[in-house]
Amino acid sequence: MNTIAIIDYGMSNLSSVVKAVKYVAPNDNVIVTANSDEINDADKIIFPGQGAAKKCMQSIYDQNLDQAIKKSSKEKPFLGICMGMQVLMDYSDENKGTNCLGIIQGKVKKFKKNINTRIKIPHMGWNKIIIKKDHPVWHKIENESYFYFVHSYFTNPVEKSSVIGETNYGHIFSSVIAKDNIVAIQGHPEKSSSIGLQFLKNFIRN
Amino acid sequence: MTVTKRIIPCLDVDNGRVVKGVKFVDIKDAGNPVEVAKRYNDQGADEITFLDITASSNNRKTILSVVEEVASQVFIPLTVGGGISSIKDIRALLNSGADKITINTAAIKNPQLIADASDAVGNQCIVVAIDAKRKINKFNELSWEIYTHGGRNPTGIDAIQWAIDMEQKGAGELLVTSMDKDGTKQGFDLELMKAINDKVDIPIIASGGVGNLEDLYNGIEIGKADAVLAASIFHFGTYTVNEAKEYLVNRGINMRVTYD
Repeated sequence: MNTIAIIDYGMSNLSSVVKAVKYVAPNDNVIVTANSDEINDADKIIFPGQGAAKKCMQSIYDQNLDQAIKKSSKEKPFLGICMGMQVLMDYSDENKGTNCLGIIQGKVKKFKKNINTRIKIPHMGWNKIIIKKDHPVWHKIENESYFYFVHSYFTNPVEKSSVIGETNYGHIFSSVIAKDNIVAIQGHPEKSSSIGLQFLKNFIRN
Repeated sequence: MTVTKRIIPCLDVDNGRVVKGVKFVDIKDAGNPVEVAKRYNDQGADEITFLDITASSNNRKTILSVVEEVASQVFIPLTVGGGISSIKDIRALLNSGADKITINTAAIKNPQLIADASDAVGNQCIVVAIDAKRKINKFNELSWEIYTHGGRNPTGIDAIQWAIDMEQKGAGELLVTSMDKDGTKQGFDLELMKAINDKVDIPIIASGGVGNLEDLYNGIEIGKADAVLAASIFHFGTYTVNEAKEYLVNRGINMRVTYD
């Protein structure tokens, strides 16, 4: 039995993530925690998040979680979801500029309104993920499967070879990154029906 | 390629049970919210909306346990509306497993609630419901007025201006219901949808009046809605969600089609 720690830094409604992880890992020990020791002791880490970058970073620092997040992202399977993906980067343009954790090199940018396509912001709804690279998280998931997204900013990693999934919203952006033991996804697997559950299962079983 | 248009079945929940003539053929307990939600998920619904119509306010616990149960077994976005009037209500629903909440009357009583709520939980969770009725003035100009309490109480507020105000306050989406069309099966009020869409940049969910699949098409194509909400055409088994999607795909609309 593995212990899967879902990091709770007070910035999001974790209930959906917790329910989905428990559903796909009924025999594992799923904990929700803001405690560095528990994060260090866990076998796998899930790092969700919603809201604005600055507040997210602030609550990570307020709860002294930055070191535990950095350490665990180097040492064990680590899954960032949505804002949990974005704050892994160096820097976000959100809130007039926010320094992030710097675990993955690159920046977070805002979708631009485009007169021709008139995209709405946030990018909210179901969109395809184009698989760019083989990875265990894609087990039993077809190319161009639909995932549920809700976000206004997107990541732009320096190392293009770490991009394992892309999505098109006005332009192509990196929607899934894998680097060493870290996987980060912009969409919400916990809300993406059976395909999203498969993605979570792949991360947990891997 | 971009984000798909969405189909959202809407369920009325009274005292923890789905009401309003649900009669599925292959479903054990048509009044059980979990069974109905699962059924719609299997049909490819993009989201599900629960409207809590329980009259007594001391029954809020019931809707929380319904949400809790559904969210433990159905993994698509869940929106809950009905009687939400405070950030405390919103947090309780989100903690139970709702992903978004809709607010109507409370926003009109206190527009600042939308700003506060959006600040507290993020605008992606906050859907403002706009119930609007047509109005023609003495110069024969068309406008729409906001109503509350299921269309009974006029507010004097202009719907288009209200939509703009709500986006500015921090609404993440607008659920626009035509009180003229609701229940008529004559199709959405397309002019209303389009008039609002012209003025705001957040997604719009069209509601009220769907009688057939062409109505859904028109809501998206002419009304420019990002999502369409319907109750009776799905509840009565007239169409499944997948049938609706196939129809829309054949007419050139970008939809998520699933084969679960």
